[in-house]
Amino acid sequence: MAQHTLTFPITDPQEILQLRAGDEVTVQGHIIGIRDRTQIRIFDEGVPPPMDLGGAFLLHTAPNVRKLGPGRYEKICIGTTTSARMVRFTEPLGAQYGVRAICGKGGFPDEAIEPMQRLGMVYFAIVGGAAALETTQIEEIEEVAWEELMPECLWKFRVKDFGPLIVGIDAHGGSVYREVQAAARVKLEELYARL
Amino acid sequence: MSTVATDIQGAVADAAAHLYVWALKDIPQDLRDALAAARDRETSVPGKRVLEIIHRNIEVAERENNLVCQDTGIAVYTCRVGEHFPLHPANIYKALRDGTERATIEHPLRSNAVHTITRQNTGANIGYRLPIVHWEFISDWDGLDVKCVPKGSGSENMSFLKMCVPADGVNGIKRFVLESIVGAGGKPCPPGIVGIGIGGSADYALYLAKEAITRPVGTRNPDPVVAQLEEELYGLLNETGIGPMGLGGDVTVLQCHIEHADTHMTLNPVAVNYQCWAARRASVHIAADGGATFDRDF
Repeated sequence: MAQHTLTFPITDPQEILQLRAGDEVTVQGHIIGIRDRTQIRIFDEGVPPPMDLGGAFLLHTAPNVRKLGPGRYEKICIGTTTSARMVRFTEPLGAQYGVRAICGKGGFPDEAIEPMQRLGMVYFAIVGGAAALETTQIEEIEEVAWEELMPECLWKFRVKDFGPLIVGIDAHGGSVYREVQAAARVKLEELYARL
Repeated sequence: MSTVATDIQGAVADAAAHLYVWALKDIPQDLRDALAAARDRETSVPGKRVLEIIHRNIEVAERENNLVCQDTGIAVYTCRVGEHFPLHPANIYKALRDGTERATIEHPLRSNAVHTITRQNTGANIGYRLPIVHWEFISDWDGLDVKCVPKGSGSENMSFLKMCVPADGVNGIKRFVLESIVGAGGKPCPPGIVGIGIGGSADYALYLAKEAITRPVGTRNPDPVVAQLEEELYGLLNETGIGPMGLGGDVTVLQCHIEHADTHMTLNPVAVNYQCWAARRASVHIAADGGATFDRDF
């Protein structure tokens, strides 16, 4: 299990290709918070996002914040939501906007594996519910768009030592979740036989 | 009388506001112990890593006086109302609603409550039929117990119901629970508490499954037949290998709790409600004079 540090947004696709399912990663730089309604607006309502998503790291989140002034927010508690609900946006995020990493909790189903391989993307697993810790790794909320979707806005966070994250799905067709599910299905048959 | 009633209503609202925030920030000791035991027995590398991070997160939340998890949930309350408690349940409900709203605005907390069709956020974690309250009425008593369980969506989305038939027997129940938890994978933030409701009717089985997840971790159903099924399923679920956050490992669930009701001879319903590892829970006992005692007893 290799360990890596990456800074986002990335400019060299090789940085994503070096990652393998199961590796551990720490992230620096800027990440973008996004959630169900944000992506419904982009793809189902056809409204282009007012932030550059090229080479970006997207975090599945909707933070607890305190409003300081117009467009300015202070973090209270920022954590990560279940990714599987949003899997259908994976392909267009990569193909149309050049997103390179999606981070959430609980994993993506197998339908994410092919587009991630084709487009050079990865899925990072974070520990769901560990938001108090995650909040300490987010230095500042730098930008927010679509405030009317609060808390499901488009957020730009500056992070320091964000992680550790585990590569759940890599850009080579590897998925920790597919392996765990396959083994569990075999085990289930064994357990059923014992009942 | 109205002055007394108003004071008591205020006391219940104050208690609800405190319970909601307290539950979100401070994990009960029984859950801390279960998570520590899980960390000690987990052998997979990613599984152990996840459980170490969970442990660190609980410490950081305590140190920084912050929420353990960002999902402030929907507030679910369980009320045990004594028949002589001097506030009618209609007003207890109003007080719980006011307390939830006040905590959300004053902290402030993320509001999760939306209209189910328009998806418009109500702004304060209350709404039409929100919060949700489970009621129990106690004879010969003048007190009120309230338990607050902020229920996150990651785990609530992993809820399942099957109308097994009598011929499916208890094995049908076991198979459905196993299939449900393997299918849920990492989505509900394992290792958590699997709540199971059996018997009653379709809606009541789901209601009982929710009651089951709100019990202190590892408490056993008083009916020995049901308690034995809790033990057996706990063991079987931890053989599936799903592991912490679905990344593979020995600890898939912290516990399995079952609540049951007698049912129709032709029914055999089984419902599963999942509670994430951050199984937040806080309770208060309110005396007839409005005095409040906070703990994690039920």
